[in-house]
Parts: sequence; structure tokens; C-alpha cells
Amino acid sequence: MVNVLDRPPVREVAGTSVAGRRPVARLTLPTLLALTAIVTIVPFAAMVLVAFAPPSGQTFPDALNPARFTFENFSKVLSSSDIPRWTVNSLLYSLVSVVCVLLFASMAGYAFAKKKFPGREIMFWAFLATLMVPFQATLIPSYILVSRLDWVDSYWGLIVPTLANSQAVFLMRQFISQLPDELFEAAEIDGAPEWRIFTMIVLPLIRPVLATLGIFVFLWHWNDFLWPLVIGQSGEMQTLTVGLATLQTQAVPINQIMAGATITVVPSLLVFGLLQRYLTDSITMSGLKA
Amino acid sequence: MLALFLLFRFVPVVGAVLLSLTDYRLSGRWSFVAFDNYTRLLSDSLFHQALVVTLTYTVIFVPLTVLLSLGTAVLLHQVVWKRGFFRGVFFLPYVTSIVLAAVIWKWIYDAQDGLINAFLGLLSVGPVDFLGRSELVLPSIAVTSAWKGFGYSMLILLAGLQAVPRSYLEAAMIDGATAWQRFRYVTLPQLRPVLFFVLVIETIGAFQVFDAMYVMTGGGPVRSSYSLVYFLYDSGFKYFDFGYASAIGLVLFLIVLIVSLVQRRLVGRDD
Repeated sequence: MVNVLDRPPVREVAGTSVAGRRPVARLTLPTLLALTAIVTIVPFAAMVLVAFAPPSGQTFPDALNPARFTFENFSKVLSSSDIPRWTVNSLLYSLVSVVCVLLFASMAGYAFAKKKFPGREIMFWAFLATLMVPFQATLIPSYILVSRLDWVDSYWGLIVPTLANSQAVFLMRQFISQLPDELFEAAEIDGAPEWRIFTMIVLPLIRPVLATLGIFVFLWHWNDFLWPLVIGQSGEMQTLTVGLATLQTQAVPINQIMAGATITVVPSLLVFGLLQRYLTDSITMSGLKA
Repeated sequence: MLALFLLFRFVPVVGAVLLSLTDYRLSGRWSFVAFDNYTRLLSDSLFHQALVVTLTYTVIFVPLTVLLSLGTAVLLHQVVWKRGFFRGVFFLPYVTSIVLAAVIWKWIYDAQDGLINAFLGLLSVGPVDFLGRSELVLPSIAVTSAWKGFGYSMLILLAGLQAVPRSYLEAAMIDGATAWQRFRYVTLPQLRPVLFFVLVIETIGAFQVFDAMYVMTGGGPVRSSYSLVYFLYDSGFKYFDFGYASAIGLVLFLIVLIVSLVQRRLVGRDD
């Protein structure tokens, strides 16, 4: 047996606080943290600096001189490429999808969670099974389907197939099934029609999930690459991600590419700045992955 | 709505299996070829190359990103100072697209006027052509993807760390355990299920790598960054060999399935 009294006095019983340690040790971890944060930020900072740097000079270290900042790269890349059009495409792709996915997923989720209909279990399992299949594995058949519908290079082909989002349905079903059955039974006994139950009871109750899911659907679509690459074949139908990738295969100067990159990142940053709490909390709770 | 899901979720899944048994071409003409596409895959040196590249990339990327996210999660957990701010900084790259990350990092790695080589030049080293050398290209791309994505796993691991009961750590401390011993013998075992989840998610993601390679290297140099999905993309949209491309997709699906089943067994054994 070890005698407790033989041990040196314990100074840090109050958990993992660093307060009791030697000054050097107390500073090590925060320094490391700050350094890691700086390294994480450097690529973004470099992107913005190069985007604002005068196009003639060397990109580095001249880029660090704020006195020479200019908007020239932005105006050049905006006029010489289709960035405005790509932005519209990306916005359409993302926003239309957010609205439709939220609507479809909440309706299907409600049906799976609270309605009894024949084949419900089998259908739900079929939904879950499609979640297991990576998107790339169904890329070819999806493309053939879209081309048979004559939807290649159109908004229909870009948007409609992505509205069938099983993950969103699954999430909604999980959330709605936690709501008490009595709410819906009471409404049914009162003779409320189905659409009224949906709009007056279901939708208000799932508002927090709608918000988080909406953010994720927006990011999924805004940052999506492979599907828009395959469907948007002409320059006019490309999204910002695809356009940015094409830009840098052409002989566009690096300052202009970075200006384009800076433009594409703005909406993500807005979403991030405004809704960071929502995003981080929902990842921690549900494991959603953008 | 049911029709929408039927058409665009279930038909493609069944369609992938059926297509992989045909020689469907762009013209829409096809005939049944049974398992010819799969036997062709087995003897296709491009497929072998893509498989080796994807596995190598996974072996580099997964430990890198898990260590990075675990490291930052532990740092955030230990240091209370400005935790929300730092968490936000680490999470920032995650909300951007991999295409954006690839565009920025392609320039950072650039042999002529890239950021890293500018610094190496100050030390009179280099220039190093990170993306042009076959032994450096996969690690370089892995770093880019890890930078872009580690914020996600970091959040999951941070939540796991915060769920470790404080009394366990205090008990270990009273017994005289050093910080490392507490981490190794108390925190890590408690973190196991979360760590497994992160491992599996990152492994599955690694097997699907494409965007970064398409943008940064185009699969080069000499196909040393030519992944399975790249091979699928080329077979489908460069050679319009849709049956063959579908077979590649199913191989990818099988790999992902095996990874998640193995994970199930490993974690299931514990619970």
C-alpha cells in the first residue's frame, strides 16, 4: 500500500486549470494555440493580400505593403470572366435547394415519424440504405438520367436531382419522432386537416432544426464541385467553384485568381460569422458533416 | 415528392449496379456483358495505379488530420483563454470549399512564386516543386485537405474531451499521475468511441478524394495523384465508358462499406 502522506502535496486538484503551474509551462500551451491559429489563418490572409496587391509587382513580399493596395484585380477578373454569372448560378443552386430540401425533408420526416402507412418501415430502411452509398458511386447513373431528361447544362439538371436529400429526411425524422404524439392526436381529434397540422404544429416546433439544416444544405451546395462540374458544361452554367477551377487552368494572373477566390469565400464567411454558434453546436450534437 | 426520391435516389443506386454489367456508351447503345467490366478492372494498370494512389493518400491523410484535430482539440480544452475565438479560427477553413483551399494552396506550393518557396528562398533553400514531384505530391495534397477539414473532427473530439468525467482526472491526479499519464490512461480510453467515429468519417472521406487533385495537379505528375474517383471521372466523362465507370463506383462503394463494417465490429466489441 502506498501511503498518501508520502506523496508531494497536490496543487492542482481543481481540474485541468493551468493556474498552478510554473510560469513557463503556463505560457507554453497558449503560445502553441496562438501559433496554430496563425498558421491556420495564413492561407486566407495570403489570399486576401495577393488579391489586393498591385498586379505588376512580385506577389511576395510586395503584397505585404498596404499602401499599394488596389481593387484592380477585382475589376479585371470581374470583367474578363463570368464570375457574376457563376455567382448567380451558385446562389440559385444553393438557395433554391435550401428552400426545397427543407420543405421536402420536413414533410417526409413528419410522415416517417408520426404517420402510419403501409411499407413505412421498409421505405425508411431504403432511405437509410441510400445514405450508405457514396455520391460518386451513383454519379454516372444520375448523369445518364439527367441527360435522358435532356437536362444537362440546365438549372433543372443541376438542382432537381440534389433535392432528393436522404440525410435531411433522416435528420428530420429523428427530430420529429421525439415530439410528443399527444400534440398530433389532439389536433386530429379536433378535426384539423393534415396541412394545418403540418403548418401550425410541425413547422413551428422544428424551427431550430430547420435553421441548422438550412445552413448545412447551403454550405453543401455552395461548396459542391463534382455535380456542377459534370452538369454545368458550358461556361454559362458553371457555379463559382467550377468557374474558379477553370480560371486557374487558363493563363489568368495569380492576383486575379486570388481576387476571384476572395469573392467566392464571402458568402461562406457571412454564414460562418452570423451562424457559427448554430453550426458548431449542431455538429457536436448530431455529427452532421458539410 | 416520392417520385423525386425514387427517381434520383433509388434509381441511380440500382442503376449503378445494372450499368456496371453493361457496356453502356454515350450513344445510349448497350449490351449485357456480365462481369466483364470487373475482370477488365483487375487487369487495368490504371486501376491499380488509382487504387495505390488512393490507399497511399488515405494512409497519409487520416493520421495527419486525426492528429491535427486531436491536437487542436486538446489545446482548446486545456486553454480557457479566448476559447470561442480560437475554436472559430480553426473551424473557419471548414466552411469554405475544397476547391478554394486547393486554389490557395496550389499557389502556396508553387515552385516559382509560391509562399513556401519565397520563405525557403530567404533561407537559400529550394525551390522545391511540391506538386511537381511524385513523392511530394500526395503529402502536399493531404496537408491541404487536412487544413480544410480538421475543424470538423476537432469539434467532435472537443465535445468528447469535455464529456470525460472530471472526477476521473482528479482521482488520477491525486494518485500522482503526470499530465501525459492522465491523457494516456484516463482521457484516451474515454475518448475511444469518438476517436473511432472520427477515424471512420475521415477514412471514408479520404477514399473519395477528387476535388483537390483535379484542381491542384490534374492527377499528375504522371498520374501520381490519380485517385479512384479521378479514374471514375475520366472513364465516365473523358472516355464516356459509362459501364466501366459504374463498376469503379461500385468498387468504391464496397471499400466504404467494408471500412464502416470493420469500424462497427471494432467499436461493437467494446460496448
